[in-house]
Amino acid sequence: MKIIALATAALLTLPAGSALAQQMQMQMKMQKPADKAATVSAAKVDAVIKAGLPAFPAPPEVWQPRLTPDETMKICAATHNDPPKAQLAAIEKAEKAKIEYPADNNYLGDWKKGEALAQSGYGLRFTDYPARRANGGNCYACHQLTKAEVSYGTIGPSLLGYGKLRDFKDSEVKVAYEKIYDSHVTFPCSLMPRFGANKVLSIEQIKDLVALLMSKDSPVNQ
Amino acid sequence: MYVMFASRNKALKTTPSRSGRPLREKNNPEDFTVIFRTVIFATCLAVAIPALAAAQDADAEKAVEKYRQMMKEDPWSNPGLLDADRGEALWKTPRGPNKVSLETCDLGKGPGKVDGAFAELPRYFADADRVMDLETRLLWCQEKIQGFEHAALITKPHPGGGQPVKDTGAIATWVANKSNGMTFAAKLDNPQEREIVALGEALFNRRSGPFDFACTTCHAEAGKRIRLQPLAHLAAPAGAKAVMGEWPAYRVSSTNVMTMQHRLVDCYWQMRLPAPEMGSELTVALIAYLTKNATGGEIAAPGLKR
Repeated sequence: MKIIALATAALLTLPAGSALAQQMQMQMKMQKPADKAATVSAAKVDAVIKAGLPAFPAPPEVWQPRLTPDETMKICAATHNDPPKAQLAAIEKAEKAKIEYPADNNYLGDWKKGEALAQSGYGLRFTDYPARRANGGNCYACHQLTKAEVSYGTIGPSLLGYGKLRDFKDSEVKVAYEKIYDSHVTFPCSLMPRFGANKVLSIEQIKDLVALLMSKDSPVNQ
Repeated sequence: MYVMFASRNKALKTTPSRSGRPLREKNNPEDFTVIFRTVIFATCLAVAIPALAAAQDADAEKAVEKYRQMMKEDPWSNPGLLDADRGEALWKTPRGPNKVSLETCDLGKGPGKVDGAFAELPRYFADADRVMDLETRLLWCQEKIQGFEHAALITKPHPGGGQPVKDTGAIATWVANKSNGMTFAAKLDNPQEREIVALGEALFNRRSGPFDFACTTCHAEAGKRIRLQPLAHLAAPAGAKAVMGEWPAYRVSSTNVMTMQHRLVDCYWQMRLPAPEMGSELTVALIAYLTKNATGGEIAAPGLKR
């Protein structure tokens, strides 16, 4: 287990998002037959989306913003999530500006609530209206977090021992908050939802998730 | 820009599911563990909790693979075949306001020719002046030949959990089954077809919604999973070839046949986007792109899914 934890630590210190994205882009390039190239205008794609997604079941004006990618998402999609260096800084700056910090500078909430949030995938799907409970973070869908939960996904890196591997440093507490609030500040074109910037989770909920990652008594660090 | 809907969630009213999806979180990854455990019991494999999670994952995957193998060895045990039979009867029975059968429907290989038709779809149809996948073509034939109303055909076009696949889906299951053993060989090479494949690729990569998801979030890399559910690497030929031929598929978790059009609705639900309309250009484009990637993959429909 120690070896796995060390390997995980090594992996986490790499800009894993962009390395993976690079690999993905290489694969995409390889499988694209050059002779079959056909182009589609952005306007055409927008029109098809508007026509094909009838904004059901919520009132259209509420769901319309979902159908249009913002500037960051446009860059990410166009570059297969591997933006050129020139665009990295622009994304980081634009996303950093979106982060709202807790008023009292306390980033650590309740890890028990964080664990419940990490388990819950509820919220914002077209069958989730009207909302019956708070949105979840669904962290386990993509990340390993605790030894107890064996049903975890692998799209994101393992977060087992996250705080311990960072010596529970205060500076890392803030970084964890920023990663959850808007992962693109740390990893431009990360695959992870911008939980804070997109108003999926509240500041209090994000603090609970930070506690799950960074508290000494959290099961993540046992 | 998402502040608006986030703060107004509570004010939203419930509307009955147009897609026919039941109002519950059927495919929430939270449920995957439960489903996997059920499958494990069904195959009579007791899985002890091993020390390493990785070992348990491997066991769980082995159990599901054994279940699939058992189904493969006895293909007649797939309940989806009952829907294929129903689809055949629906094709041959005079129906609709015009009281005629679908036996003059041209799926691309000539009127009434069903054998091998699915293997060459999607394709451009001059009579409709658009590219169509199998289900979209079946909507067209029911509308033009049998006189069904288009709006009626695409309202609640997919079954809820536990309900049998709707008529169009049953017919699609039978037609797909009649290409079994063949490989995907849609040409997709005329201008309209090439444009819709490119459109599908653009849609596959497009990131939007409150979760910033695209199809690529889950399907652009090999060997990944959501919770314990393995994800198909649909952006690559190897991954697309491995799974596309299994659709329409009988889904154990919803105990009904799910078609590819229906499967896309499920993806958009999970992506926190609205449900795509059946037969829309959006759905045809995605299916054309996926089928193009799956060229050469063997058709074995209906398949069996968790």
